[in-house]
Amino acid sequence: MPELRHTPLHERHVALGASFTDFGGWDMPVRYTSDLAEHRAVREAAGLFDISHMAEFLVTGSGAGAFLDYALAGRLSTLAVGKAKYSLVLAEDGGIVDDVIVYRTAADHVLMVVNAANIAKDEAHVRKHLPKGVAFADRSADTALIAIQGPRAADILARIAGGSVAALPPFGVKSARAAGAEATIARTGYTGEDGFEVFIDNADAAGVWQALLVAGRGDAIVPVGLGARDTLRLEARFSLYGNDIDETTGPIEAGLGWTCKLDKDFVGRDAIAKQKADGPKRRIVGLVVEGGVARHGHDVTSGGKVVGKVTSGTFGPTVAQNIALAYVPTELSKVGTALAVRIRDKDVPATVVKTPFYRRAA
Amino acid sequence: MSAVPDDLRYSKEHEWVRLEGDTATIGITHFAQEQLGDVVFVELPEKSASVRQFASLGVVESVKAASDIYSPISGEVVERNVKVIEKPELVNTSPYEQGWLVKVKLADKGEINKLLSAEDYRAHIGETAGAGGD
Repeated sequence: MPELRHTPLHERHVALGASFTDFGGWDMPVRYTSDLAEHRAVREAAGLFDISHMAEFLVTGSGAGAFLDYALAGRLSTLAVGKAKYSLVLAEDGGIVDDVIVYRTAADHVLMVVNAANIAKDEAHVRKHLPKGVAFADRSADTALIAIQGPRAADILARIAGGSVAALPPFGVKSARAAGAEATIARTGYTGEDGFEVFIDNADAAGVWQALLVAGRGDAIVPVGLGARDTLRLEARFSLYGNDIDETTGPIEAGLGWTCKLDKDFVGRDAIAKQKADGPKRRIVGLVVEGGVARHGHDVTSGGKVVGKVTSGTFGPTVAQNIALAYVPTELSKVGTALAVRIRDKDVPATVVKTPFYRRAA
Repeated sequence: MSAVPDDLRYSKEHEWVRLEGDTATIGITHFAQEQLGDVVFVELPEKSASVRQFASLGVVESVKAASDIYSPISGEVVERNVKVIEKPELVNTSPYEQGWLVKVKLADKGEINKLLSAEDYRAHIGETAGAGGD
């Protein structure tokens, strides 16, 4: 087995007593103390995440926006400087190659954050369609990424990066100094809470991490591992690539049709237009499961017959219910539909519910 | 609370047994709950079900995963801990007291000899931890 990769914060995690897990070839902290406590800290105060395993692509040149309009499902050419947008990389057949966040940091300067496991195929996709005059660089090896999430995040981050970060709108992005280091700071996240993602050079990662822990001490900030990251994102109904979406799923059935702008040409456009016209045969739905925890890969049944599959499932600590995402036939996807999840050979009752499971108070 | 109370017997799979007459109370150890993380769901056999030594007894689910519990002893289930079904976190907060799982009427007292003493169990988890956990 190849050796697991370490982020620049690995020694900090060891010092904090983290347990680790192999996440796509990275040795990542899964929890520091307790999944439930870390989950609650993010909902009620603030949590700090090392997500340096995520990959960063830089696309530069005056044609970057137009190029991304063709390479991605969404319209990026009109994305304002200082704003970010969620988008999809699609295959010609409409399958999802990756889900990404695109940050327009300057007029001819676009940062694209992609899933670590998909770097090779994302790079191949970008390079295949890259026009003359647009440059591509993979900055992943030099870039660390720290997320600070939760209702106290803005106040804590402002202490080390200045008050202007607190004025960033949701999905806003700007350059700033954080604990003396040059940083790109975005008001984005994967938890359903207010929060920020802070891009810095590897060499500055430990300093920024430590500064945030110290600045947030009075606000009960805690480091948060991948265990709670998963329960937080599932309550907020964010898709996890490799679980809920992949190359065998299409954006329409995955509930991501809103990201596809069919009034422009892009890779996969014709397939998506057809999916939309035909209507999907199956749809992803939220389930609340009574009497068992649904997990990725469990069958969904109706009247004892297998009709679908769970793609993500867990106990939702804030909603205090067992929640899941599953693909089911469109005719069984209406809110309120009674289904079941087959857990250890037993059909456990499950109901289709509205998502997100959790939405923070405005 | 000791991490490994002296008065209990243990299985290598990290279950404990407390003997009172011919009744055995069964739970999972402090070490086991620590390895599992926060327990959020417990599935136990019905009352009067029979269980076999080292065969499946039930399931505890943590936030991340489901884990089988093996019965350290054979017998008939005479009581299941309803409180732990309602509040699975008792497995974490009180593994040897409020977090017990089932009480079993022993089928064969001799089976106790196949279980570990506290001292042997301490050595067992010492070795496991020394090997990097599992």
